[in-house]
Amino acid sequence: MIHIVKRKEMPFAHAMAIRFGVIGLALIVCGIVTMLTTGLSPIDVYGTMVSGAFGTMRKTWILLQETAILLCVSLALVPAFRMKFWNLGGEGQILIGAFAAAACMITLGNSLPAPVLILVMLATSLLAGGVWALIPAFFKARWNTNETLFTLMMNYVATQLVAYFVIVWEVPKGSGNIGIINQSSEAGWLPTLMHNKYLLIVLVAIALTVAMYVYLNYGKQGYEIAVVGESPNTARYVGIKVNRVIMRTLVISGALCGLVGFLLVAGSAHTLTTSLAGGRGFTAVMVAWLAKFNPFIMVGSSMLLEFMSSGAGEISTIYGLNHSFGDILTGIILFFIIGTEFFITYKVVFSKKGAEQHV
Amino acid sequence: MEATQPAVRLRNISKSFGQVQANTDVSLDINRGEVLALLGENGSGKTTLMNMLSGIYFPDSGTIEIDGKPVVIGSPKDAFDYGIGMIHQHFKLVNVFTATENIVLGLKEPGKLDLDAAAEKVKQICDLYGFDVDPHQKVYDMSVSQKQTVEIVKLLYRGAEILILDEPTAVLTPQETEKLFAVLRNMRDDGKAVIIITHKLNEVKDISDRVVVLRKGSYVGELVTADATTQEMTNMMVGRQVSLNIDRPDPEMKYRMERISVKNLTVKNREGITKLDDVSFSIFTGEILGIAGISGSGQKELLEAIAGLQPVENGSIEYHVDDETTEQLIGMDPLKIAGMGVVLSFVPEDRLGMGLVGSMDITDNMMLRSFRNGPLPFTDRSEPRHLAELVVDELDVNTPGVATPVRRLSGGNVQKVLVGREIAAAPTVLLSAYAVRGLDVNSSYVIYDLLNRQKGNGVAVVYVGEDLDVLLELCDRILVLCGGKVSGIVDGRTTTKNEVGLMMTRLGGGEVA
Repeated sequence: MIHIVKRKEMPFAHAMAIRFGVIGLALIVCGIVTMLTTGLSPIDVYGTMVSGAFGTMRKTWILLQETAILLCVSLALVPAFRMKFWNLGGEGQILIGAFAAAACMITLGNSLPAPVLILVMLATSLLAGGVWALIPAFFKARWNTNETLFTLMMNYVATQLVAYFVIVWEVPKGSGNIGIINQSSEAGWLPTLMHNKYLLIVLVAIALTVAMYVYLNYGKQGYEIAVVGESPNTARYVGIKVNRVIMRTLVISGALCGLVGFLLVAGSAHTLTTSLAGGRGFTAVMVAWLAKFNPFIMVGSSMLLEFMSSGAGEISTIYGLNHSFGDILTGIILFFIIGTEFFITYKVVFSKKGAEQHV
Repeated sequence: MEATQPAVRLRNISKSFGQVQANTDVSLDINRGEVLALLGENGSGKTTLMNMLSGIYFPDSGTIEIDGKPVVIGSPKDAFDYGIGMIHQHFKLVNVFTATENIVLGLKEPGKLDLDAAAEKVKQICDLYGFDVDPHQKVYDMSVSQKQTVEIVKLLYRGAEILILDEPTAVLTPQETEKLFAVLRNMRDDGKAVIIITHKLNEVKDISDRVVVLRKGSYVGELVTADATTQEMTNMMVGRQVSLNIDRPDPEMKYRMERISVKNLTVKNREGITKLDDVSFSIFTGEILGIAGISGSGQKELLEAIAGLQPVENGSIEYHVDDETTEQLIGMDPLKIAGMGVVLSFVPEDRLGMGLVGSMDITDNMMLRSFRNGPLPFTDRSEPRHLAELVVDELDVNTPGVATPVRRLSGGNVQKVLVGREIAAAPTVLLSAYAVRGLDVNSSYVIYDLLNRQKGNGVAVVYVGEDLDVLLELCDRILVLCGGKVSGIVDGRTTTKNEVGLMMTRLGGGEVA
């Protein structure tokens, strides 16, 4: 007889030790899979992945930048998630923020001084992202529509909107691309800090992580979010205006996604495409869940996913493996991480007593 | 089968959930033709034990014998094959089906489903035991007691010989309880084994032949009901001498004034159904006003309307600050009411769904009403933590610490946390809904005592209750609701249980002509 029994509360250190041990276990399984399917030495493959991610200063900085962007998206989603509002519209909110920034660069690039232009871009991006998330939030608050579907559908609207304007603004005509915006004047481009074009976004991510942690855990609004998420009736009972909290939180969530769109356009891509968000709106959902909505743990989970992704790219070029092989390894590791949570909460007991009773 | 052979013999049954030992080494016999009461406080393992008999849990150790043969009950289906059926506190019926459809649902009889024949058989069972069920009535049209009846008939239809009822009277009026007991007696006389799980002593006296007492998961002893006194049973259940009288100090007349007057209050719920119809009454300082009624008669809406949580169709709710000043509470939300300087505390029925946040710890729950204090956008947890420690200390809350999520506390401790917070606000009005529901004897008396102390401080206390014995012993006046209307207001010291019970079922409470 197999019984699944709930454990008593496990000490935090003990649980963390198990979690790290499990990652080791996952790496061993990944190694076996690698050997069996490709015949390559897993040590070599891991080495390649590490060098792909950290091999050079530039690679390290790119990894940090990608981690920072993904982390920012996750931080944007996390207030909504703590409220149990499943915002799957990060992708569209990023895109609409990027669209707003690009629109300012294109239309105002020649008429405003650079610092003012950047501020205008920032403001419109925040606003656009906020509005994009406010729409489903309003419908949720007012008519209790399903936010998961609604935010998801808003992604497609954003993509189509951007697709249309890419054609309007395409350079040269007929190319289907906007190209680098303001390449000669660099109007609306974020400045590089200390000659490092990656540093700014990393600093933004660090600041946002700390700010979000404080907001959620020590802020009055963060407390309201937690109460509304856990029990809307309790919130009403103590006089929290539930609808207002839902809308306010989603404006924050969407605006921060808009900020990421702004950073992508003004800080790194300097152009606008429909695929600019690159699936981060969805990957960030995983980052947030893996970290159980704790901003500091999200630093680790976003880095893990970015590391796996860059490593996957590296092994696919070096060994000529399909890029999906990296995804398989990522999948195995995630499977182990998520599986551990079950064993941390429950234990499996094999008892012989059931057999005795048959006698 | 010998006459002395028990229907069920449980031997040395133990069961634990994680670190919690729900049952330890329990042995007992269940006989045919007998009503056995399983008595114990909350968390004493009564339901767990019976769940093992009905196949929901599997014992860690111990044996079960049915008619002298050892058996393994691994699922509710196994239990059923042995003729064991259990009626849970929450009914498992399909609302849009008729009584008969629910009864035959899930039966694997060969051949075509013949609903008419089934309805005929249902009718026979009803006639045999004196049930009052229309086989063709839809479940959504039924009262709670009718639904319960359908559950019982469902088991009998399937040939159950051993029936377990988990706190069956919690949702019934005294008259409905009488009816239930009458059919249980019929079933007993028909040779069935009936087990009733309860912590209400008067019911044990009323219905059972034998009573087995559990305490903290262990078998304490058993008594023949006819020879046992209520006091004896309580002492066994609690493990020490307990006074069973609820204190009822006389209201302090010197400062007595009308605190809240409700006039012509009409409330409709979201579906547009009238839940309160032209309700008028007053609440005075320094008294406990009891509110009695069958569940769903408008108690919830009434309290929520006063607390500013329920939109009101018509009428007025006036709060008298002193003899001259009066504030209108209608159209106010809880924040605005507090903003007017009215300290109105409310202990809602749904503790974890409305009064508290289950996943938060005691400190954070203390903060629910006060988190807005202070000019900064950040919360200050030092004050709430202090309050949490105070409540834990003074009300003897059993918890590892103030950082424990309230969800992990037992029902009584959850209620102490909630009541403690609401009283700490030093209210002028204290509304409470089913304040002792699901609480054991000890915790209930702690709550009665707290309410009485508030009354002594001149607070206007409203106590919505379901146990008429308690209402009659605790309250100064009792307002009886029937179908959203005021059926009458009676003096708690002079009225009788029968009078209140009749008023609950019929407006004004007159006898049937």
